[in-house]
Amino acid sequence: MASTEIVHAHAAPQGFIRKYIFSLDHKIIGLQYYFLALIAVFLGMGLSLLMRIHLIWPTASLPIFGDIKPETYLMFVTMHGTIMVFFVLTTAPQGGFGNYFLPIQIGAPDMAFPTLNMLSFWTTFVAFVVLIAAFFVGAPLHGWTGYAPLSAVPSSGPGEGLGADLWITSIALFCAASLMGALNFITTTLDMRAKGMSMMRMPLTCWAWFITAILGLLAFGVLAAGGILLLMDRNLGTSFFVPGGLNFTGQTSFPPGGFSPSTDLVKHNGGSPLLWQHLFWFFGHPEVYIAIVPGMGVASQLLSTFSRKPIFGYRAMVYAMLAIGILGFVVWGHHMFMSGMSPYSAFAFSIMTMAIGVPSAIKTFNWIGTIYKGRVRFHTPMLFAIGFVSLFVSGGLSGPFLAQPVIDIPLHDTAYVPGHFHLIMGVAAIFGIFAATYYWFPKMFGHMMNETLGRWHFFITLVGTYSIFMPMHYLGMAGQPRRYSQLTEVAYLHPLIPLNRFITYAAIVTIAGQFIFLFNLFWSMAKGKKAADNPWEATTLEWTTATPPPHDNFGGRTPVVNHGPYEYSVPGAPRDYIMQNDPATAPVH
Amino acid sequence: MATLSSTVSVKVPQTRQGGGGSTPPTFGGGGGDGRGGNGSPDYGERLRRARLGLAVGLTPVIMLFVSFTSAYIVRQGLPTLDLRTNTYVHDWLPVNLPWVLLLINTVILVVSSVTMELARRQITRQAALAPVTSIPGVSLGEEKKFPWLGITVVLGLGFLTGQWMAWRELAARGFYVATSASSSFVYLLTAMHAIHLAGGILALLYSAVTSLLRKPVEARRIVVDITAWYWHFMALLWIYIFALLEIAR
Repeated sequence: MASTEIVHAHAAPQGFIRKYIFSLDHKIIGLQYYFLALIAVFLGMGLSLLMRIHLIWPTASLPIFGDIKPETYLMFVTMHGTIMVFFVLTTAPQGGFGNYFLPIQIGAPDMAFPTLNMLSFWTTFVAFVVLIAAFFVGAPLHGWTGYAPLSAVPSSGPGEGLGADLWITSIALFCAASLMGALNFITTTLDMRAKGMSMMRMPLTCWAWFITAILGLLAFGVLAAGGILLLMDRNLGTSFFVPGGLNFTGQTSFPPGGFSPSTDLVKHNGGSPLLWQHLFWFFGHPEVYIAIVPGMGVASQLLSTFSRKPIFGYRAMVYAMLAIGILGFVVWGHHMFMSGMSPYSAFAFSIMTMAIGVPSAIKTFNWIGTIYKGRVRFHTPMLFAIGFVSLFVSGGLSGPFLAQPVIDIPLHDTAYVPGHFHLIMGVAAIFGIFAATYYWFPKMFGHMMNETLGRWHFFITLVGTYSIFMPMHYLGMAGQPRRYSQLTEVAYLHPLIPLNRFITYAAIVTIAGQFIFLFNLFWSMAKGKKAADNPWEATTLEWTTATPPPHDNFGGRTPVVNHGPYEYSVPGAPRDYIMQNDPATAPVH
Repeated sequence: MATLSSTVSVKVPQTRQGGGGSTPPTFGGGGGDGRGGNGSPDYGERLRRARLGLAVGLTPVIMLFVSFTSAYIVRQGLPTLDLRTNTYVHDWLPVNLPWVLLLINTVILVVSSVTMELARRQITRQAALAPVTSIPGVSLGEEKKFPWLGITVVLGLGFLTGQWMAWRELAARGFYVATSASSSFVYLLTAMHAIHLAGGILALLYSAVTSLLRKPVEARRIVVDITAWYWHFMALLWIYIFALLEIAR
């Protein structure tokens, strides 16, 4: 068992493989997660570009994939969603930054179970490779949600054979990896905090990673259960999700005398596609919070630091995140209003969903309260943190509308819903990742990122993403369906084509803007201005140690915490910030 | 000098859990560097951390079986469209479980849980006395080491064999994996439990290997301790599954 590993009782490893490949150091593992997510995000972004280009030039032949058939388009949809949700939004904020900074921020030398941590990353890596392998055998069509029976019957369409098996295997491996990670995060947070670091003195980033880990711990087991049932339906002939009477032979007309049960119909009977949806969304809704909650933590940390003010309502922020996490487990039904549901259940799910607006509003109020009358320093990380709040509000406001069945039913299968969830769970979470990157880059690599390039990147991304996803709300209300590969053949959609063109152009510009970030990232690693140990004059423990942090994080010292995480502009203090490990009584002159 | 410094840690035996109570020793105080004051690894802290990790790690296992249970109950109450008559019918087919065989398996597993507990207490005692016996010239006499761990492994394998026989018996009675929804669930639940129990057996074999590699008894004790709690959990889980399959047929 990994538990017998002696935490840093040994010297730092010297060989390249033990140091950078199969490393037990949470910092290296964090970077491995981060760069895996970086590869994944560019892949997922490339797929979205192909989709956007196909939507406005449906006859154009695309590189690599040639002429786009409807099933190719659905393959893009599936792979874009799966890559982005699992390998970017779950991997970078939690596996990347959480791994790197949770132990340092609570004053621990490493994660509780370093071997398990390494295993968790490499399982994620294998899951990613297996998913990419699905491209080469024909990727599945069933979307990131994998709705049965499409996902449960190998003959249901191209890519649903081996491609879908690889997809499920990848998801199952990802579940295992995430559970190992969550176990480590929770044990580390509960058991390895430095002296004086009480739970209510933890930075809000640590609270966010802790709550995210709990969500993952409770949610991924359920997805694994669904995946096991799905694999059994596909390979052992069971009927958990597949109802009887389905015909997947591709016949377009009803044959005289009816279908023959022995040759034309699936061999399954009695399964319930809704059962899959319940299991999937019981995982799937907490999953969207797994993506966004770390961003909330980062935004809180940065807004306080760069406003030179304590976070407004620390305890309220903690309780709001906990409330969002708990409520996140009782709202999964709002994804299924279209799937057939008793109006009474729909009503209950609807009320619970709208209740999430309350803690979300508390958080937003507190973020604005934090900036209010602060001496705001508009560095790039701060810009992205403000952008996060902006996107969280504008993406979140459509939530209470979609939470109501009467509004959701006409809008559910339109472009409105992609507009909603891309703003809040996609772009807002990505802004959290960008903010964290610009903020912690000096600590991770010892150099500052370029501010000018950072600002260009910020404004292009902010304006670009709003230009992409805001119009989708209008497209949805005008009735443009989602998941359709071709919109140009339908008369009522013709007036919407200019707007679709605009979205595609905005997407091209936004994607081009991301190369500014990529350049800045790698250029700054080598050529960026040398970073001081605490360039942002922040208070949390990662800024008390060397840059980059030594193997055991604090160079043999064990930090002792005397202060809360956000003591800025304390009256009577010699400077405008008090670090968490400063002596308990700050000298008063 | 060496003998003197090792007598310093004679303090450790005081933390033994008199007769295997479940409260973990709480020395170490959360210093977090995994080492005691005198340079030896702080096993008490590591044990506490491992137990916490196990408690956290069992949560997704519970969630897995909660999911299967809810799927089981939902599917049981779900009507199915009969294609011949175009009407909804209830097609849940109660499985005729080989319950005598399963009862024997249950007894084997419960007994293995008892032997596992005895093994846990045995190694706890050994670990507590280890610092004393390491003092040159001090001997507690040859303690009789009953192979409780080995017996547990044998009983665990016996349980798995019994489950395999139960599957053969089910197949002989005409219940295969895909025969009906109910039989699918029987195979699913028993197989998932068996896989988890096999993980426990692997952990026990691992601790046997560490014993051969002459790892410190305190380190082996951590492996045995958390495997024991895991093992008890698996016994309880099996009783739950058996009850579910018998009661909610």
